[in-house]
Amino acid sequence: MNNILAIAHKELKSYFASPIAYVVIGLFALMFGFFYYTLLGIFIEQGMRMMGLQGGPTQNVNDQMIRPLFLNASVLLLFVLPMITMRTYSEEKRSGTIELLLTAPLTDFQIIMGKFLGAMALYAAMLAVTLVHLGVLFAFGTPEWIPIATGYLGLLLMGGCFISVGLLISSFTRNQIVAVMATFAVFLLLWVINWAGPLTGPRTSAVLDYLSITSHLDDFTRGVVDTKHVVYYVSFIAFGLFLTARSVDTERWRG
Amino acid sequence: MIEVQHLTKRYGPVTAVDDVSFRAERGEILGFLGPNGAGKTTTMRILTGYMPATEGKAMVGGYDVQDQPIEAKRRTGYLPETPPLYPDMTVRDYLDFCARIKGVPRGERAARVKSSMDRARVADVAHRHCGKLSKGYRQRVGLAQALLHNPEVLILDEPTAGLDPKQIIETRQLIKQLGGDHTVILSTHILPEVSQTCHRVVIINKGRVVAVDSPDNLTARLRGSETMFLQVDAAGADPTGALAGVPGVTGVRVAEMRGAVAALEVESAAGRDVRRDLAAAVVTHGWGLLELRPMRMSLEEIFLHLTTEDTAAAATEAAGGGRQ
Repeated sequence: MNNILAIAHKELKSYFASPIAYVVIGLFALMFGFFYYTLLGIFIEQGMRMMGLQGGPTQNVNDQMIRPLFLNASVLLLFVLPMITMRTYSEEKRSGTIELLLTAPLTDFQIIMGKFLGAMALYAAMLAVTLVHLGVLFAFGTPEWIPIATGYLGLLLMGGCFISVGLLISSFTRNQIVAVMATFAVFLLLWVINWAGPLTGPRTSAVLDYLSITSHLDDFTRGVVDTKHVVYYVSFIAFGLFLTARSVDTERWRG
Repeated sequence: MIEVQHLTKRYGPVTAVDDVSFRAERGEILGFLGPNGAGKTTTMRILTGYMPATEGKAMVGGYDVQDQPIEAKRRTGYLPETPPLYPDMTVRDYLDFCARIKGVPRGERAARVKSSMDRARVADVAHRHCGKLSKGYRQRVGLAQALLHNPEVLILDEPTAGLDPKQIIETRQLIKQLGGDHTVILSTHILPEVSQTCHRVVIINKGRVVAVDSPDNLTARLRGSETMFLQVDAAGADPTGALAGVPGVTGVRVAEMRGAVAALEVESAAGRDVRRDLAAAVVTHGWGLLELRPMRMSLEEIFLHLTTEDTAAAATEAAGGGRQ
Protein backbone atom coordinates (compact mmCIF):
# COMPACT_ATOMS: atom_id res chain seq x y z
CA MET A 1 0.00 0.00 0.00
CA ASN A 2 2.85 2.31 0.87
CA ASN A 3 4.30 1.63 -2.59
CA ILE A 4 1.02 2.41 -4.31
CA LEU A 5 0.77 5.69 -2.43
CA ALA A 6 4.38 6.55 -3.26
CA ILE A 7 3.65 6.18 -6.98
CA ALA A 8 0.32 8.00 -6.71
CA HIS A 9 1.98 10.84 -4.85
CA LYS A 10 4.72 11.10 -7.46
CA GLU A 11 2.16 11.07 -10.29
CA LEU A 12 0.10 13.81 -8.70
CA LYS A 13 3.19 15.89 -8.07
CA SER A 14 4.37 15.55 -11.64
CA TYR A 15 0.97 16.71 -12.91
CA PHE A 16 1.38 19.88 -10.91
CA ALA A 17 5.04 20.28 -11.81
CA SER A 18 4.09 20.45 -15.49
CA PRO A 19 1.46 22.79 -16.93
CA ILE A 20 -0.89 19.86 -17.51
CA ALA A 21 -2.71 20.03 -14.18
CA TYR A 22 -3.30 23.77 -14.47
CA VAL A 23 -4.44 23.63 -18.07
CA VAL A 24 -6.75 20.70 -17.43
CA ILE A 25 -8.28 22.11 -14.26
CA GLY A 26 -8.48 25.63 -15.70
CA LEU A 27 -10.14 24.61 -18.96
CA PHE A 28 -12.53 22.31 -17.17
CA ALA A 29 -13.49 25.02 -14.70
CA LEU A 30 -13.97 27.49 -17.54
CA MET A 31 -16.22 25.21 -19.57
CA PHE A 32 -18.10 24.03 -16.51
CA GLY A 33 -18.64 27.66 -15.54
CA PHE A 34 -20.05 28.38 -18.97
CA PHE A 35 -22.52 25.49 -18.75
CA TYR A 36 -23.41 26.54 -15.22
CA TYR A 37 -24.03 30.10 -16.29
CA THR A 38 -26.24 29.26 -19.26
CA LEU A 39 -28.21 26.55 -17.46
CA LEU A 40 -28.78 28.82 -14.50
CA GLY A 41 -29.86 31.61 -16.83
CA ILE A 42 -32.38 29.38 -18.54
CA PHE A 43 -33.63 28.11 -15.21
CA ILE A 44 -34.18 31.63 -13.89
CA GLU A 45 -35.88 32.74 -17.07
CA GLN A 46 -38.24 29.78 -16.84
CA GLY A 47 -38.87 30.66 -13.21
CA MET A 48 -39.83 34.19 -14.16
CA ARG A 49 -42.32 32.89 -16.68
CA MET A 50 -43.75 30.38 -14.20
CA MET A 51 -44.41 33.08 -11.66
CA GLY A 52 -47.10 34.49 -13.95
CA LEU A 53 -48.95 31.18 -14.03
CA GLN A 54 -51.11 30.10 -11.12
CA GLY A 55 -51.00 26.43 -10.14
CA GLY A 56 -48.45 25.59 -12.81
CA PRO A 57 -45.80 22.93 -12.32
CA THR A 58 -43.38 23.77 -9.55
CA GLN A 59 -39.75 24.25 -10.41
CA ASN A 60 -37.06 21.86 -9.30
CA VAL A 61 -33.46 23.05 -9.41
CA ASN A 62 -32.16 19.48 -9.17
CA ASP A 63 -34.03 18.20 -12.21
CA GLN A 64 -33.95 21.28 -14.33
CA MET A 65 -30.50 22.55 -13.71
CA ILE A 66 -28.15 20.31 -11.78
CA ARG A 67 -28.89 17.14 -13.69
CA PRO A 68 -28.26 18.64 -17.14
CA LEU A 69 -25.16 20.27 -15.68
CA PHE A 70 -23.74 16.88 -14.64
CA LEU A 71 -24.55 15.38 -18.02
CA ASN A 72 -22.79 18.27 -19.73
CA ALA A 73 -19.83 17.83 -17.43
CA SER A 74 -19.58 14.20 -18.50
CA VAL A 75 -19.18 15.38 -22.11
CA LEU A 76 -16.33 17.64 -21.01
CA LEU A 77 -14.56 14.65 -19.50
CA LEU A 78 -14.36 13.16 -22.95
CA PHE A 79 -11.98 15.92 -23.93
CA VAL A 80 -10.19 16.54 -20.69
CA LEU A 81 -9.40 13.08 -19.33
CA PRO A 82 -7.24 11.93 -22.28
CA MET A 83 -4.92 14.82 -21.38
CA ILE A 84 -4.58 13.45 -17.87
CA THR A 85 -3.78 9.90 -18.91
CA MET A 86 -1.71 10.50 -22.04
CA ARG A 87 1.61 10.80 -20.25
CA THR A 88 1.18 8.14 -17.58
CA TYR A 89 3.10 5.42 -19.39
CA SER A 90 4.15 7.12 -22.63
CA GLU A 91 6.33 9.65 -20.86
CA GLU A 92 8.00 7.02 -18.68
CA LYS A 93 8.75 4.92 -21.73
CA ARG A 94 10.09 7.81 -23.73
CA SER A 95 12.39 9.11 -21.03
CA GLY A 96 13.47 5.67 -19.81
CA THR A 97 12.20 6.17 -16.25
CA ILE A 98 10.06 3.09 -16.76
CA GLU A 99 13.31 1.21 -16.19
CA LEU A 100 13.47 2.65 -12.67
CA LEU A 101 9.93 1.51 -11.85
CA LEU A 102 10.25 -1.94 -13.39
CA THR A 103 13.55 -2.67 -11.63
CA ALA A 104 12.40 -1.37 -8.23
CA PRO A 105 10.95 -3.93 -5.82
CA LEU A 106 7.39 -3.17 -6.93
CA THR A 107 4.76 -5.35 -8.51
CA ASP A 108 3.14 -4.29 -11.79
CA PHE A 109 -0.13 -4.07 -9.91
CA GLN A 110 1.31 -1.52 -7.47
CA ILE A 111 2.66 0.63 -10.31
CA ILE A 112 -0.64 0.55 -12.20
CA MET A 113 -2.74 1.22 -9.11
CA GLY A 114 -0.45 4.08 -8.15
CA LYS A 115 -0.79 5.65 -11.56
CA PHE A 116 -4.54 5.11 -11.54
CA LEU A 117 -4.96 6.70 -8.12
CA GLY A 118 -2.68 9.60 -9.08
CA ALA A 119 -4.83 10.35 -12.13
CA MET A 120 -7.99 9.89 -10.07
CA ALA A 121 -6.71 12.36 -7.50
CA LEU A 122 -6.15 15.00 -10.16
CA TYR A 123 -9.57 14.26 -11.58
CA ALA A 124 -11.12 14.59 -8.12
CA ALA A 125 -9.34 17.93 -7.68
CA MET A 126 -10.84 19.00 -10.98
CA LEU A 127 -14.33 18.04 -9.83
CA ALA A 128 -13.75 19.71 -6.47
CA VAL A 129 -13.52 23.06 -8.23
CA THR A 130 -17.13 22.64 -9.32
CA LEU A 131 -18.25 22.33 -5.70
CA VAL A 132 -17.96 26.10 -5.59
CA HIS A 133 -20.54 26.48 -8.34
CA LEU A 134 -22.98 24.17 -6.63
CA GLY A 135 -22.29 25.76 -3.25
CA VAL A 136 -23.62 29.01 -4.64
CA LEU A 137 -26.92 27.28 -5.38
CA PHE A 138 -27.16 26.20 -1.75
CA ALA A 139 -26.55 29.78 -0.66
CA PHE A 140 -29.52 31.07 -2.63
CA GLY A 141 -31.84 28.10 -2.76
CA THR A 142 -32.57 24.70 -1.33
CA PRO A 143 -31.47 22.02 -3.74
CA GLU A 144 -31.54 18.43 -2.57
CA TRP A 145 -28.08 17.27 -1.75
CA ILE A 146 -28.52 13.53 -2.32
CA PRO A 147 -28.80 13.67 -6.13
CA ILE A 148 -25.77 15.96 -6.09
CA ALA A 149 -23.72 13.53 -4.04
CA THR A 150 -24.72 10.56 -6.19
CA GLY A 151 -24.10 12.64 -9.30
CA TYR A 152 -20.54 13.23 -8.17
CA LEU A 153 -20.17 9.54 -7.38
CA GLY A 154 -21.37 8.71 -10.88
CA LEU A 155 -18.97 11.18 -12.45
CA LEU A 156 -16.09 9.77 -10.41
CA LEU A 157 -16.90 6.21 -11.44
CA MET A 158 -17.35 7.16 -15.08
CA GLY A 159 -14.10 9.11 -15.03
CA GLY A 160 -12.44 6.06 -13.48
CA CYS A 161 -13.48 4.02 -16.51
CA PHE A 162 -12.06 6.62 -18.87
CA ILE A 163 -8.85 6.79 -16.88
CA SER A 164 -8.39 3.01 -16.91
CA VAL A 165 -8.82 3.01 -20.70
CA GLY A 166 -6.45 5.97 -20.96
CA LEU A 167 -3.80 4.14 -18.92
CA LEU A 168 -4.13 1.12 -21.17
CA ILE A 169 -3.69 3.17 -24.33
CA SER A 170 -0.80 5.11 -22.85
CA SER A 171 0.95 1.81 -22.13
CA PHE A 172 0.87 0.98 -25.85
CA THR A 173 2.94 3.89 -27.10
CA ARG A 174 5.79 6.19 -26.19
CA ASN A 175 4.22 9.01 -28.19
CA GLN A 176 1.91 11.23 -26.14
CA ILE A 177 0.10 12.65 -29.18
CA VAL A 178 -0.76 9.16 -30.36
CA ALA A 179 -1.91 8.31 -26.84
CA VAL A 180 -4.15 11.35 -26.50
CA MET A 181 -5.76 10.93 -29.93
CA ALA A 182 -6.34 7.19 -29.56
CA THR A 183 -7.76 7.69 -26.08
CA PHE A 184 -10.10 10.38 -27.30
CA ALA A 185 -11.30 8.18 -30.17
CA VAL A 186 -11.97 5.24 -27.83
CA PHE A 187 -13.81 7.46 -25.32
CA LEU A 188 -15.97 8.83 -28.08
CA LEU A 189 -16.72 5.35 -29.34
CA LEU A 190 -17.65 4.15 -25.85
CA TRP A 191 -19.90 7.15 -25.66
CA VAL A 192 -21.86 6.69 -28.87
CA ILE A 193 -21.71 2.94 -29.25
CA ASN A 194 -25.44 2.56 -28.56
CA TRP A 195 -26.29 4.85 -31.47
CA ALA A 196 -25.83 1.79 -33.64
CA GLY A 197 -28.62 0.13 -31.65
CA PRO A 198 -31.52 0.94 -34.01
CA LEU A 199 -29.62 -0.61 -36.91
CA THR A 200 -29.35 -3.97 -35.14
CA GLY A 201 -31.81 -6.34 -33.56
CA PRO A 202 -33.32 -5.68 -30.12
CA ARG A 203 -30.91 -8.05 -28.42
CA THR A 204 -27.74 -6.45 -29.85
CA SER A 205 -29.25 -3.08 -29.15
CA ALA A 206 -29.62 -3.96 -25.48
CA VAL A 207 -26.01 -5.15 -25.35
CA LEU A 208 -24.78 -1.94 -26.98
CA ASP A 209 -26.86 0.09 -24.56
CA TYR A 210 -25.28 -1.75 -21.69
CA LEU A 211 -21.80 -1.20 -23.09
CA SER A 212 -22.27 2.52 -23.58
CA ILE A 213 -20.46 4.19 -20.77
CA THR A 214 -22.86 7.13 -20.44
CA SER A 215 -26.13 5.18 -20.31
CA HIS A 216 -25.13 4.20 -16.79
CA LEU A 217 -24.64 7.74 -15.57
CA ASP A 218 -28.26 8.82 -15.86
CA ASP A 219 -29.53 7.07 -12.74
CA PHE A 220 -26.74 8.55 -10.63
CA THR A 221 -27.75 12.08 -11.59
CA ARG A 222 -31.33 11.31 -10.50
CA GLY A 223 -30.12 10.40 -7.04
CA VAL A 224 -30.34 6.65 -7.55
CA VAL A 225 -27.38 4.42 -6.84
CA ASP A 226 -28.23 1.22 -8.66
CA THR A 227 -25.93 -1.73 -7.95
CA LYS A 228 -26.04 -2.74 -11.58
CA HIS A 229 -24.43 0.53 -12.65
CA VAL A 230 -21.88 0.43 -9.85
CA VAL A 231 -20.98 -3.13 -10.87
CA TYR A 232 -20.67 -2.02 -14.47
CA TYR A 233 -18.33 0.85 -13.67
CA VAL A 234 -16.22 -1.02 -11.14
CA SER A 235 -15.80 -4.06 -13.37
CA PHE A 236 -15.02 -1.79 -16.32
CA ILE A 237 -12.26 -0.13 -14.30
CA ALA A 238 -10.91 -3.48 -13.08
CA PHE A 239 -10.87 -4.86 -16.61
CA GLY A 240 -9.10 -1.80 -17.95
CA LEU A 241 -6.43 -2.03 -15.26
CA PHE A 242 -6.08 -5.76 -15.83
CA LEU A 243 -5.48 -5.20 -19.55
CA THR A 244 -2.94 -2.50 -18.68
CA ALA A 245 -1.09 -5.03 -16.52
CA ARG A 246 -1.08 -7.51 -19.40
CA SER A 247 0.16 -4.81 -21.76
CA VAL A 248 3.02 -3.82 -19.45
CA ASP A 249 3.99 -7.45 -19.03
CA THR A 250 3.93 -8.09 -22.78
CA GLU A 251 6.10 -5.05 -23.30
CA ARG A 252 8.67 -6.63 -20.96
CA TRP A 253 8.92 -9.71 -23.09
CA ARG A 254 9.22 -7.70 -26.23
CA GLY A 255 11.90 -5.50 -24.68
CA MET B 1 26.18 -13.47 -5.14
CA ILE B 2 25.34 -13.24 -8.83
CA GLU B 3 24.96 -16.34 -10.87
CA VAL B 4 23.98 -16.46 -14.50
CA GLN B 5 23.41 -19.80 -16.16
CA HIS B 6 22.91 -20.39 -19.86
CA LEU B 7 21.09 -17.13 -20.35
CA THR B 8 19.56 -16.63 -23.77
CA LYS B 9 17.42 -13.76 -25.00
CA ARG B 10 15.80 -13.67 -28.40
CA TYR B 11 13.90 -10.77 -29.91
CA GLY B 12 11.97 -12.57 -32.63
CA PRO B 13 14.60 -13.97 -34.97
CA VAL B 14 17.44 -11.96 -33.42
CA THR B 15 19.45 -13.57 -30.63
CA ALA B 16 20.75 -10.75 -28.45
CA VAL B 17 22.24 -12.92 -25.72
CA ASP B 18 23.30 -16.45 -26.50
CA ASP B 19 23.98 -18.99 -23.75
CA VAL B 20 25.80 -16.63 -21.40
CA SER B 21 27.04 -18.00 -18.05
CA PHE B 22 29.16 -16.33 -15.39
CA ARG B 23 29.37 -15.79 -11.63
CA ALA B 24 30.38 -12.92 -9.41
CA GLU B 25 31.28 -13.41 -5.76
CA ARG B 26 30.64 -11.05 -2.86
CA GLY B 27 32.84 -7.98 -2.95
CA GLU B 28 33.94 -8.62 -6.49
CA ILE B 29 33.95 -6.04 -9.27
CA LEU B 30 33.14 -7.68 -12.55
CA GLY B 31 33.71 -5.81 -15.79
CA PHE B 32 31.44 -6.41 -18.70
CA LEU B 33 33.28 -5.58 -21.84
CA GLY B 34 32.05 -5.65 -25.39
CA PRO B 35 31.41 -3.57 -28.48
CA ASN B 36 28.08 -1.78 -28.86
CA GLY B 37 25.25 -4.20 -29.50
CA ALA B 38 27.11 -7.13 -27.96
CA GLY B 39 24.33 -7.85 -25.49
CA LYS B 40 25.72 -6.12 -22.38
CA THR B 41 22.63 -4.00 -21.71
CA THR B 42 20.28 -6.90 -22.43
CA THR B 43 22.13 -9.13 -19.95
CA MET B 44 21.97 -6.40 -17.32
CA ARG B 45 18.31 -5.80 -17.95
CA ILE B 46 17.61 -9.47 -17.40
CA LEU B 47 19.66 -9.47 -14.19
CA THR B 48 17.72 -6.50 -12.84
CA GLY B 49 14.37 -8.07 -13.66
CA TYR B 50 13.50 -5.43 -16.24
CA MET B 51 12.89 -8.10 -18.83
CA PRO B 52 12.65 -11.87 -18.67
CA ALA B 53 15.12 -14.22 -20.35
CA THR B 54 14.00 -16.50 -23.14
CA GLU B 55 15.99 -19.34 -21.61
CA GLY B 56 18.33 -19.84 -18.71
CA LYS B 57 18.47 -18.59 -15.17
CA ALA B 58 19.80 -15.53 -13.36
CA MET B 59 20.21 -15.43 -9.58
CA VAL B 60 20.89 -12.40 -7.42
CA GLY B 61 21.76 -13.00 -3.76
CA GLY B 62 20.34 -16.49 -4.01
CA TYR B 63 17.01 -15.38 -5.49
CA ASP B 64 15.89 -16.17 -9.01
CA VAL B 65 15.13 -12.87 -10.73
CA GLN B 66 12.24 -14.46 -12.57
CA ASP B 67 10.58 -16.42 -9.79
CA GLN B 68 11.23 -14.13 -6.82
CA PRO B 69 11.61 -10.76 -8.51
CA ILE B 70 10.78 -8.64 -5.46
CA GLU B 71 13.41 -10.29 -3.27
CA ALA B 72 16.01 -10.10 -6.03
CA LYS B 73 15.22 -6.45 -6.81
CA ARG B 74 15.49 -5.50 -3.14
CA ARG B 75 19.12 -6.58 -3.29
CA THR B 76 19.92 -4.85 -6.55
CA GLY B 77 20.86 -1.28 -7.32
CA TYR B 78 20.73 -0.47 -11.01
CA LEU B 79 22.02 2.41 -13.05
CA PRO B 80 20.61 2.05 -16.58
CA GLU B 81 22.36 3.36 -19.66
CA THR B 82 20.29 6.54 -19.57
CA PRO B 83 19.85 7.65 -15.96
CA PRO B 84 16.12 7.30 -15.20
CA LEU B 85 15.43 10.82 -13.91
CA TYR B 86 12.17 12.73 -13.75
CA PRO B 87 13.00 16.14 -15.22
CA ASP B 88 10.35 17.95 -13.17
CA MET B 89 11.62 16.73 -9.81
CA THR B 90 14.41 18.20 -7.76
CA VAL B 91 17.31 15.86 -7.02
CA ARG B 92 16.30 15.51 -3.37
CA ASP B 93 12.64 14.82 -4.17
CA TYR B 94 13.67 12.35 -6.81
CA LEU B 95 15.95 10.44 -4.47
CA ASP B 96 13.32 10.53 -1.75
CA PHE B 97 10.81 9.00 -4.15
CA CYS B 98 13.32 6.34 -5.21
CA ALA B 99 14.05 5.52 -1.56
CA ARG B 100 10.33 5.12 -0.95
CA ILE B 101 9.74 2.69 -3.79
CA LYS B 102 12.88 0.77 -2.87
CA GLY B 103 11.40 0.15 0.54
CA VAL B 104 13.75 2.27 2.67
CA PRO B 105 11.89 2.74 5.98
CA ARG B 106 10.53 6.23 6.58
CA GLY B 107 12.83 6.92 9.54
CA GLU B 108 16.01 6.12 7.61
CA ARG B 109 15.00 7.78 4.39
CA ALA B 110 16.44 11.23 4.92
CA ALA B 111 19.74 9.81 6.14
CA ARG B 112 20.03 7.34 3.26
CA VAL B 113 19.26 10.08 0.72
CA LYS B 114 21.91 12.28 2.26
CA SER B 115 24.61 9.63 2.38
CA SER B 116 23.92 8.58 -1.24
CA MET B 117 24.14 12.19 -2.33
CA ASP B 118 27.45 12.56 -0.53
CA ARG B 119 28.88 9.37 -1.98
CA ALA B 120 27.88 10.26 -5.52
CA ARG B 121 28.90 13.91 -4.92
CA VAL B 122 25.60 15.46 -5.96
CA ALA B 123 24.76 17.18 -2.66
CA ASP B 124 25.47 20.59 -4.20
CA VAL B 125 22.63 20.18 -6.72
CA ALA B 126 20.10 18.76 -4.23
CA HIS B 127 17.61 21.55 -4.93
CA ARG B 128 18.03 21.71 -8.70
CA HIS B 129 15.58 20.08 -11.09
CA CYS B 130 16.85 16.86 -12.63
CA GLY B 131 15.99 18.10 -16.12
CA LYS B 132 18.36 21.04 -15.79
CA LEU B 133 21.44 19.05 -14.79
CA SER B 134 24.49 18.49 -16.97
CA LYS B 135 25.18 15.02 -18.31
CA GLY B 136 27.80 14.38 -15.65
CA TYR B 137 25.45 15.28 -12.80
CA ARG B 138 22.64 13.24 -14.28
CA GLN B 139 24.88 10.23 -14.41
CA ARG B 140 25.87 10.72 -10.78
CA VAL B 141 22.30 11.30 -9.59
CA GLY B 142 21.53 7.99 -11.32
CA LEU B 143 24.38 6.44 -9.37
CA ALA B 144 23.10 7.94 -6.10
CA GLN B 145 19.72 6.39 -6.89
CA ALA B 146 21.35 2.95 -7.28
CA LEU B 147 23.08 3.26 -3.89
CA LEU B 148 20.01 4.39 -1.93
CA HIS B 149 18.89 1.14 -0.37
CA ASN B 150 22.46 -0.03 0.19
CA PRO B 151 22.02 -3.03 -2.10
CA GLU B 152 24.27 -6.09 -2.03
CA VAL B 153 24.54 -6.02 -5.79
CA LEU B 154 25.17 -3.01 -7.99
CA ILE B 155 24.62 -3.21 -11.70
CA LEU B 156 26.00 -0.21 -13.52
CA ASP B 157 25.50 0.21 -17.24
CA GLU B 158 28.34 2.43 -18.46
CA PRO B 159 28.68 4.40 -15.22
CA THR B 160 31.32 6.78 -16.55
CA ALA B 161 29.63 7.67 -19.83
CA GLY B 162 29.31 11.42 -20.21
CA LEU B 163 31.63 12.32 -17.34
CA ASP B 164 34.66 14.56 -17.66
CA PRO B 165 38.11 13.06 -16.92
CA LYS B 166 38.15 14.22 -13.30
CA GLN B 167 34.68 12.84 -12.65
CA ILE B 168 35.65 9.58 -14.34
CA ILE B 169 38.53 9.14 -11.90
CA GLU B 170 36.29 9.98 -8.93
CA THR B 171 33.60 7.59 -10.08
CA ARG B 172 36.13 4.80 -10.58
CA GLN B 173 37.41 5.38 -7.05
CA LEU B 174 33.87 5.22 -5.73
CA ILE B 175 33.25 1.97 -7.56
CA LYS B 176 36.47 0.51 -6.14
CA GLN B 177 35.39 1.48 -2.63
CA LEU B 178 31.99 -0.07 -3.21
CA GLY B 179 33.64 -3.29 -4.33
CA GLY B 180 34.60 -4.06 -0.74
CA ASP B 181 31.15 -4.98 0.52
CA HIS B 182 29.05 -4.85 -2.62
CA THR B 183 29.17 -7.02 -5.68
CA VAL B 184 29.51 -4.74 -8.67
CA ILE B 185 28.90 -5.50 -12.30
CA LEU B 186 29.76 -2.68 -14.63
CA SER B 187 29.62 -2.54 -18.37
CA THR B 188 31.84 -0.40 -20.45
CA HIS B 189 33.57 -0.12 -23.74
CA ILE B 190 36.31 2.03 -22.27
CA LEU B 191 39.06 -0.50 -21.79
CA PRO B 192 41.41 1.12 -19.30
CA GLU B 193 38.41 1.31 -16.99
CA VAL B 194 38.27 -2.45 -16.81
CA SER B 195 41.95 -2.94 -16.07
CA GLN B 196 41.85 -0.17 -13.46
CA THR B 197 38.71 -1.04 -11.57
CA CYS B 198 37.72 -4.64 -12.17
CA HIS B 199 38.87 -7.86 -10.54
CA ARG B 200 37.54 -9.93 -13.38
CA VAL B 201 36.46 -9.29 -16.93
CA VAL B 202 33.76 -10.91 -19.01
CA ILE B 203 34.27 -10.14 -22.65
CA ILE B 204 31.10 -10.49 -24.64
CA ASN B 205 30.61 -10.28 -28.36
CA LYS B 206 27.51 -10.89 -30.47
CA GLY B 207 25.72 -12.18 -27.39
CA ARG B 208 28.34 -14.78 -26.53
CA VAL B 209 30.95 -14.79 -23.79
CA VAL B 210 34.33 -14.96 -25.48
CA ALA B 211 36.52 -14.77 -22.37
CA VAL B 212 36.27 -14.60 -18.58
CA ASP B 213 39.40 -13.90 -16.56
CA SER B 214 41.30 -11.31 -14.56
CA PRO B 215 42.70 -8.45 -16.64
CA ASP B 216 46.28 -9.66 -15.95
CA ASN B 217 45.59 -13.26 -16.85
CA LEU B 218 43.80 -12.25 -19.99
CA THR B 219 46.80 -10.28 -21.07
CA ALA B 220 49.13 -13.16 -20.33
CA ARG B 221 46.92 -15.79 -21.86
CA LEU B 222 46.77 -14.00 -25.14
CA ARG B 223 50.46 -13.75 -25.44
CA GLY B 224 51.18 -17.10 -27.07
CA SER B 225 54.71 -15.90 -27.61
CA GLU B 226 56.75 -13.18 -25.99
CA THR B 227 57.86 -10.24 -28.04
CA MET B 228 60.73 -7.93 -27.17
CA PHE B 229 61.22 -4.53 -28.62
CA LEU B 230 64.81 -3.42 -29.19
CA GLN B 231 66.54 -0.33 -30.48
CA VAL B 232 70.05 -1.08 -31.53
CA ASP B 233 72.71 1.24 -32.91
CA ALA B 234 74.49 -1.25 -35.14
CA ALA B 235 76.65 1.36 -36.88
CA GLY B 236 75.47 0.34 -40.35
CA ALA B 237 75.64 -3.42 -39.81
CA ASP B 238 72.56 -5.63 -39.97
CA PRO B 239 71.81 -6.93 -36.47
CA THR B 240 69.06 -9.38 -37.51
CA GLY B 241 71.31 -12.33 -38.11
CA ALA B 242 73.15 -11.98 -34.82
CA LEU B 243 69.96 -11.68 -32.81
CA ALA B 244 68.25 -14.57 -34.58
CA GLY B 245 71.13 -16.73 -33.41
CA VAL B 246 70.35 -16.15 -29.73
CA PRO B 247 68.94 -19.35 -28.16
CA GLY B 248 65.16 -19.25 -27.73
CA VAL B 249 64.52 -16.60 -30.36
CA THR B 250 62.02 -17.69 -32.97
CA GLY B 251 61.90 -14.63 -35.21
CA VAL B 252 63.33 -11.18 -35.75
CA ARG B 253 61.66 -8.38 -37.66
CA VAL B 254 62.94 -4.92 -38.44
CA ALA B 255 60.20 -2.48 -37.58
CA GLU B 256 62.04 0.68 -38.59
CA MET B 257 65.47 1.89 -39.63
CA ARG B 258 66.41 5.38 -38.56
CA GLY B 259 69.91 6.02 -39.85
CA ALA B 260 72.16 3.66 -37.98
CA VAL B 261 69.49 2.86 -35.40
CA ALA B 262 67.35 -0.21 -36.04
CA ALA B 263 64.08 -0.79 -34.24
CA LEU B 264 63.51 -4.51 -33.95
CA GLU B 265 60.82 -6.87 -32.74
CA VAL B 266 62.17 -10.13 -31.48
CA GLU B 267 59.85 -13.04 -30.85
CA SER B 268 60.62 -15.89 -28.51
CA ALA B 269 58.81 -18.90 -27.10
CA ALA B 270 56.33 -18.08 -24.35
CA GLY B 271 57.64 -18.12 -20.79
CA ARG B 272 61.21 -17.82 -21.84
CA ASP B 273 63.03 -14.64 -20.89
CA VAL B 274 65.64 -13.92 -23.54
CA ARG B 275 66.45 -10.38 -22.46
CA ARG B 276 69.84 -11.15 -20.91
CA ASP B 277 70.99 -13.14 -23.93
CA LEU B 278 69.79 -10.46 -26.31
CA ALA B 279 71.63 -7.77 -24.40
CA ALA B 280 74.76 -9.87 -24.31
CA ALA B 281 74.57 -10.51 -28.06
CA VAL B 282 74.29 -6.79 -28.81
CA VAL B 283 77.14 -5.88 -26.53
CA THR B 284 79.50 -8.60 -27.84
CA HIS B 285 79.08 -7.19 -31.35
CA GLY B 286 80.07 -3.80 -30.02
CA TRP B 287 76.73 -2.22 -30.90
CA GLY B 288 74.84 0.23 -28.76
CA LEU B 289 71.73 -1.07 -26.95
CA LEU B 290 69.40 1.92 -26.77
CA GLU B 291 66.24 0.20 -25.66
CA LEU B 292 65.04 -3.22 -24.64
CA ARG B 293 61.55 -3.85 -23.34
CA PRO B 294 58.88 -6.53 -23.46
CA MET B 295 55.87 -5.75 -25.63
CA ARG B 296 52.62 -6.43 -23.78
CA MET B 297 49.29 -6.64 -25.42
CA SER B 298 47.09 -4.03 -23.90
CA LEU B 299 43.56 -4.97 -22.96
CA GLU B 300 42.48 -2.94 -25.91
CA GLU B 301 44.30 -5.26 -28.26
CA ILE B 302 42.95 -8.32 -26.53
CA PHE B 303 39.53 -6.89 -26.85
CA LEU B 304 39.98 -6.32 -30.55
CA HIS B 305 41.57 -9.69 -30.88
CA LEU B 306 38.68 -11.48 -29.19
CA THR B 307 35.89 -9.57 -30.78
CA THR B 308 37.09 -9.28 -34.35
CA GLU B 309 36.08 -11.82 -36.93
CA ASP B 310 39.43 -12.34 -38.56
CA THR B 311 41.33 -13.23 -35.42
CA ALA B 312 44.71 -13.81 -36.96
CA ALA B 313 44.72 -10.60 -38.94
CA ALA B 314 43.50 -8.61 -35.97
CA ALA B 315 46.15 -10.01 -33.67
CA THR B 316 48.97 -9.04 -36.01
CA GLU B 317 47.40 -5.69 -36.58
CA ALA B 318 47.01 -5.08 -32.86
CA ALA B 319 50.48 -6.28 -31.97
CA GLY B 320 52.05 -4.04 -34.58
CA GLY B 321 49.79 -1.06 -34.17
CA GLY B 322 49.84 -0.37 -30.45
CA ARG B 323 53.57 0.19 -30.14
CA GLN B 324 54.31 3.76 -31.09
